[in-house]
Amino acid sequence: MTRALALIPLLIAVVFGGFFLWGLDPDRDPNDIPSVLISQQAPEFTLMDVEGLATPSFARTDLVGNPGPVIVNVFASWCVPCRAEHAVLTRLVESEGQRLFGINYKDKPEDATRWLAELGNPYEKIGADSTGRAGIEWGISGVPETFIVGADGTVLYRYVGPVVGDDAVGKFREALVQAGALERRVGG
Amino acid sequence: MTPEIGHFALALALAMAIVQSVLPILGAARGNILWMQSAKWSSLGQVFFASIAFFALLQAFVTSDFTVKNVVENSHSLKPMLFKVAGSWGSHEGSLLLWVLILTVFGAAVSVFGSNIPDSLKARTLSVQAWISVGFITFMLFTSNPFDRVFPPPVDGQDLNPLLQDVGLAMHPPLLYFGYVGFSIVFSFAVAALIEGRVDAAWARWVRPWTLAAWLSLTAGIALGSWWAYYELGWGGWWFWDPVENVSFMPWLMGTALLHSAIVTEKRDAFKSWTILLAILTFSLSLLGTFIVRSGLLTSVHAFAVDPERGLYILGLLAVSIGGSLALFAWRAPVMEPGGIFKPISREAGLLINNLILATATGIVLFGTLYPLFYEALTDGQKLSVGPPFFNAAFIPIMLPLVFVMGIGPFLSWKRADLPGVLQRLRIVAVLTVLATLAVWYIVRGGPVLGYLSILLAIWLFMATLKEWTVRIKLFEVPFTESRRRAANLPRSVYGMTLAHTGLAVAMFGFIGSSVWKTEEIVFVQPGSQIEIAGFDVTFEGLERVRGPNYVADRGKLTVRQDGVFVTELFPESRYYPVAESNTTESAIRSTMAGDLYASIARPASEEAGAGGALTLRILYEPLVNFIWIGSAMLVLGGGLSLSDRRLRVGAPRRGAAKKISDSAQVPAE
Repeated sequence: MTRALALIPLLIAVVFGGFFLWGLDPDRDPNDIPSVLISQQAPEFTLMDVEGLATPSFARTDLVGNPGPVIVNVFASWCVPCRAEHAVLTRLVESEGQRLFGINYKDKPEDATRWLAELGNPYEKIGADSTGRAGIEWGISGVPETFIVGADGTVLYRYVGPVVGDDAVGKFREALVQAGALERRVGG
Repeated sequence: MTPEIGHFALALALAMAIVQSVLPILGAARGNILWMQSAKWSSLGQVFFASIAFFALLQAFVTSDFTVKNVVENSHSLKPMLFKVAGSWGSHEGSLLLWVLILTVFGAAVSVFGSNIPDSLKARTLSVQAWISVGFITFMLFTSNPFDRVFPPPVDGQDLNPLLQDVGLAMHPPLLYFGYVGFSIVFSFAVAALIEGRVDAAWARWVRPWTLAAWLSLTAGIALGSWWAYYELGWGGWWFWDPVENVSFMPWLMGTALLHSAIVTEKRDAFKSWTILLAILTFSLSLLGTFIVRSGLLTSVHAFAVDPERGLYILGLLAVSIGGSLALFAWRAPVMEPGGIFKPISREAGLLINNLILATATGIVLFGTLYPLFYEALTDGQKLSVGPPFFNAAFIPIMLPLVFVMGIGPFLSWKRADLPGVLQRLRIVAVLTVLATLAVWYIVRGGPVLGYLSILLAIWLFMATLKEWTVRIKLFEVPFTESRRRAANLPRSVYGMTLAHTGLAVAMFGFIGSSVWKTEEIVFVQPGSQIEIAGFDVTFEGLERVRGPNYVADRGKLTVRQDGVFVTELFPESRYYPVAESNTTESAIRSTMAGDLYASIARPASEEAGAGGALTLRILYEPLVNFIWIGSAMLVLGGGLSLSDRRLRVGAPRRGAAKKISDSAQVPAE
């Protein structure tokens, strides 16, 4: 075995060590998922409507010129946490007057239709992202994800995972308040 | 008082370790036999004091001594006794103490049972082992003391994470640590051999039992962890490619490669530097696992509490041990003599393929596990996650050829094999394999081609391995009594190999069946709801509230019928642990060899979620999943059989015509 070859494992280990040292920075939180989209314009996308559903289709143009901030939710019928989240979103629409748009991610139209028929449909518009292309544009890391988009089409906030439970709902409501879409709750 | 005794014992163990890390290796260098033999007493002393420390912590847990911070954070007076005991290694500090205890146990085992190992090699090995001890005990004493007290003591504890309160998991860490830490002694042997500058067949034979022992514990530990995830987590899966799972899997893959390459070193005096490298890397990966789990470097479902200071300390430990050993390797390995020469088609070549594939597979898992970190570092904070799709796409295609070669490898003879002859023998196996696969396809229908290909290879491995056994005992070639005599005389290591290889085939049936042909239904249910899955009709009858020792639970009742005939009742639970303020899902499973019907229920995460307070019922059918556990047990048993081979027990292997490397100036007089 030549000397150069025998050195390779050591060199690899040193490179790994460098990355580990970098990764130990106490300010780094691997659980925090930032979005490159925050304070940027929402990405360009045009989606067809979900086949068999009366809800109109959803595209980038629907996000500009709104009177106030709107919510964009990425969901799928195969996603279990989406079920739990669905009730939270429905409440925000029905009793708090929020506007909700949906991106139906990698779903079968008949499944999505049945899912919405079972749980109710709070979405103003839904785009069928059967290929996951729009999901890539939005940079989602999983389903569900929920964004708050300002009146000018700027992405204001991103929530990864289901908005379920007091903590998550609290965070999301706070973001809506800051976006100006919601009045601060008295005492909250 | 006991915790202070434990703390003090730990300090004494450190003192012993420091002596052992210097004296024996100096003795080996100077030819001082007394100094070399001091390792025996210091290694026994280390075990003694580490045991005192461990039992002191155990006692604090068993008696619920809430003046000890670690007990407060990880136990509760109402917890069942088994979990009080298990709580002592459930935390970061406690598990480290267990780690240190096992480390010292292995060191002492070598010094007591390794009477056939030459003094100088043994002394150096034990010194290296003591270096590791020193690293870990100082780590505990300076950053993670399990005996810290709290004042004033709280009335009761904060409870162990309820998910961890399970028999499977209580046993999982000790087994896993036996595996991880068991590789430490192999590492020490490798480093000692590099220092001596000599590796030969005898060295490989001394190392083999320790490798086997570590490997089978690790196998059992991983299987148990997987079994726990399957039964306890309620996700209905047994492997998630989570970073913490991966870090236990990597030493397993490397250790498996080591196990096989050590055979070549033992029998043919070849692959020397490669075997040494594998020994170093296997333990390095175990250390890496410890580092990743305890440093908060990656996100995972099961990691310990994060503390950057600890992370830095372990990284320093890693730098010294891995960096040091690899530097030593780079320095010394090039001068090692290559051993036996072999042809491209031979047992050696077969094992080389095994090693290359396993090493590549390890590389893939390592890369996938750390890629999020690399990516974040190189793109200035952008994040991504690497999930099952990557691992399945990269790992499975590389492992399938290995399974194919595994069928042929054992037929090949050393040095030069007669491939046409071997293929001739395997022709009947190939025909039967194809027929069996077609039969599976005829019964099952549907499913991806890859699924059938995997089934084909699993059947191939199973039958080829059995065929190899029948060839060894000349079944049907000689009178039956002669075959039986041959079967009885086969070494246990042969049976170990046969059992382990068929075990992998059996486990593969489980892997394939439960991932490719799994069916799943998730529905909201109310009393009376009916669900149909995999030919079963499941009725949700209702919910009742039950009380356990330290939890309350909603227990659902499900009636399962097949073609109108009552099959069974299932009682999945959703538990709430008031003290720990957390929920767990207790799934209900009807387990048969054909497959598991698996049900779990969950309350909506908050009051406002869920449609009218309905429950989510999740039902899965996982075909053949029990084959995984059976196959894993066969792997462990196979390892155990091989370990009990008389070759490893008696007949102290001697360094016959031991070959010394060229620069014998480095080799001290013995």
